[in-house]
Amino acid sequence: MMQRRDFIRMALYGSAALSLPMAFGRSAQAQAIDTLKLFVPANPGGGWDQTARSMEQALKAAGLIKGAQVTNVGGAGGAVGLPQFVNQWKGQGNALMVGGMVMVGALIANRSPIKLTQVTPIARLTGEYQVVVVPANSPHKSMQDLIAAFKADPSKVSWAGGSAGGSDHILAGMIAKASGGDPKKVAYVAYPGGGPAQAALLGAQVTCGISGYGEFGEQIKAGKLRALGISADKRQPGIDIPTLKEQGVDVELVNWRGVFAPPGVKPQDRDAMIDLMAKMNDSPAWKEQLKAKDWTPLFLAGDDYARYIEAENKRIEGILTELGLA
Amino acid sequence: METLGFLADGFAIALQPANLLWALLGVTLGTAVGVLPGLGPALTIALLLPITFSVPATAAFILFAGIYYGAMYGGSTTSILLNTPGESATIITALEGHKMARQGRAAAALATAAIGSFVAGTIGILGLTFLAPPLVELALQFGPADYFSLMVVSFIAVSAVLGSSVLRGLTSLGLGLLLGLVGIDMQTGQPRFTFGLPELLDGINVIVVAVGLFAVGETLYLAARPKYHGSIAPLKGRGWMTRSDWARSWKAWLRGAALGFPFGTLPAGGAEVPTFVSYYVEKKLSKHPEEFGHGAIEGVAGPEAANNASAAGVLVPMLALGLPTSATAAIMLSAFQSYGINPGPLLLQSQPELVWGLIASLYVGNVILLILNLPLAGLWAKVLAIPAPWLYGGILVFATIGTYGISQSPIDLILLYIIGGMGYLMRRFDYPTAPVIIGMILGPFAEQEFRRAMTISGGDLTVFVTRPLSLTLLIIAAVLLLGPILLRRRMVQRRSPFRHHHDN
Repeated sequence: MMQRRDFIRMALYGSAALSLPMAFGRSAQAQAIDTLKLFVPANPGGGWDQTARSMEQALKAAGLIKGAQVTNVGGAGGAVGLPQFVNQWKGQGNALMVGGMVMVGALIANRSPIKLTQVTPIARLTGEYQVVVVPANSPHKSMQDLIAAFKADPSKVSWAGGSAGGSDHILAGMIAKASGGDPKKVAYVAYPGGGPAQAALLGAQVTCGISGYGEFGEQIKAGKLRALGISADKRQPGIDIPTLKEQGVDVELVNWRGVFAPPGVKPQDRDAMIDLMAKMNDSPAWKEQLKAKDWTPLFLAGDDYARYIEAENKRIEGILTELGLA
Repeated sequence: METLGFLADGFAIALQPANLLWALLGVTLGTAVGVLPGLGPALTIALLLPITFSVPATAAFILFAGIYYGAMYGGSTTSILLNTPGESATIITALEGHKMARQGRAAAALATAAIGSFVAGTIGILGLTFLAPPLVELALQFGPADYFSLMVVSFIAVSAVLGSSVLRGLTSLGLGLLLGLVGIDMQTGQPRFTFGLPELLDGINVIVVAVGLFAVGETLYLAARPKYHGSIAPLKGRGWMTRSDWARSWKAWLRGAALGFPFGTLPAGGAEVPTFVSYYVEKKLSKHPEEFGHGAIEGVAGPEAANNASAAGVLVPMLALGLPTSATAAIMLSAFQSYGINPGPLLLQSQPELVWGLIASLYVGNVILLILNLPLAGLWAKVLAIPAPWLYGGILVFATIGTYGISQSPIDLILLYIIGGMGYLMRRFDYPTAPVIIGMILGPFAEQEFRRAMTISGGDLTVFVTRPLSLTLLIIAAVLLLGPILLRRRMVQRRSPFRHHHDN
């Protein structure tokens, strides 16, 4: 476990610090922005980092930028990077930070003095739905079975997922609440990342687990884990899992990812960034990236996105309070 | 036998000239990043991810695997020569390795590390080749309660590094446990001992502490007493391993491999814990326990073998089940996705040529590493011919740059020097520094697993004795801890039956 943590911490590193070859496939076309600066408040390799690197690829392929420079400042679900972005990147018109729902929760749980409302919302780009799974030999065949067991004795139903207060924990709390239980009673077992949580599920050490579909998809297809429900509003193409809603659990949750400009950017810079993201979203290169990574497109830009973030903040703060974490 | 056929196909891929070059590039790059504290294989591979857009999948994975393996070799070099561990898995190597270097035996220490890494790495890859599926099944049986009991066993390893006074040793251990608490508590998401500094939310990096205590602390100690300089002995003779070095090393290599590989396959195992356990085992079994702490070659051979074997072990759950159980494995899996390959339990069936090419390239990389590192051992050892003031000045610069590289945060540098100052004081007042590191690594591990076990059992403490794995481990711990004490008592009783009442 520690090795993992150390490696991850070591990896809180700017790509700029080490100029290893990053300039593959650079092409010279006419562009609006020369160098896009991407700030990733997470370590290389994770979801936000992959989003940034996919953006770089797609934007370059579409000829919208000449190049991009990615800076990683990882740790604590984005709570380490955000203050740096707010204070040191203020007013930079060519910079974007990648973030998402996990960050909203992390900032609330850590009681961070810096809020996501201090940055400039540009666009929501992608999302991933969460799935609830049980080991293949589990007696629970549906969400109803699982919920009945939870209601009978919450201490007998353990839920594995990512760190406390993250999207997995939030969904567990929402399910408990929607089915009339007490979110505080959820016996949540936090693991660092998907690997160890999956191992606990495959070894049937826990009753059930929650993570993004991408994390569990292959285990589900191989029949090693059974998916009970997905947190989408409707059935997803290519994913044969019933939604939580159709099983009577009125819960919807998407682990969204989006981009933000620093605080204090000029209105025309903000508009240019929104325009850039809209163009990227329409480009075939971006669609290819979405397909390769199995991401659901969830484009939402400008003021609508700002309102969405405010609503998410309230909703997540509410559920974290009910979980006893905020 | 089917496996052998696949492996042969794998070698056919790995031995293609282009792939050999990728392996060479990978292990060289890996050795380089292993040498630098703060630059790990995970980060290096992450930065190289963009090449997945321009080279074939097999080549990319051969490169990545080379980096991973190379880093495990490289980390020991700076531990031995400069007392500056490049990787957390090579911290223990510094304990005896650097002492050997100061006695003019750096080349022997580097050689036993390199050959031990080769032997254990090869054993590990053999295990990966032939035992992966059953081992994964076994590893999955480990639940939080069993991990906690395993940590109880591991804590006994502290006794090997306590030094002359048990009280001082345990004080150091307590300090390590305290440092390990800093950061966000995973089970509740709440920050602990962070003093409002966002940089501390993710905890204190164990590399910063190790480099601070060992390298900076040692340098300050030397600077404070200039006469001490003379103690770096000139290189002795050819410096190569003697017959007695070989005799003392080979068993340690095998034992280290036997500990490291299964530990690596555990989803929460990691590479550090087996190095502690190996050090403890070697000290207990050695015919020269008095040499430990003064440059015992077994203390380098065992832990180095353990960390390389565990590196192969980590690949077992990754290739057999698609489970990324280390940061490096996680990044390698995300590289699979760049090629449209979904790593999972079916990876071996759906991508046999890739997986077997990767495994075969590990054998090849291991041989290349040995060829690269053995001749270098003598060359590297010459670093110690630099006059002490220059050498230690260089170590300070190296430690500082490496630490800054970890997160480019000035907070880490301040911590490095605070901990370095602490290391100086500990050295000055004869407190051992190794228990700090062990406490820092084992403490949070044990705590998190204990709390997971409690959450799952609903607060029932009996899980530790009702689960067979956990119970067995606790019995082992009790025997290791109490066995020697009881034995000694019986011997004392036999010798002087009249004094027996005074003992109580």
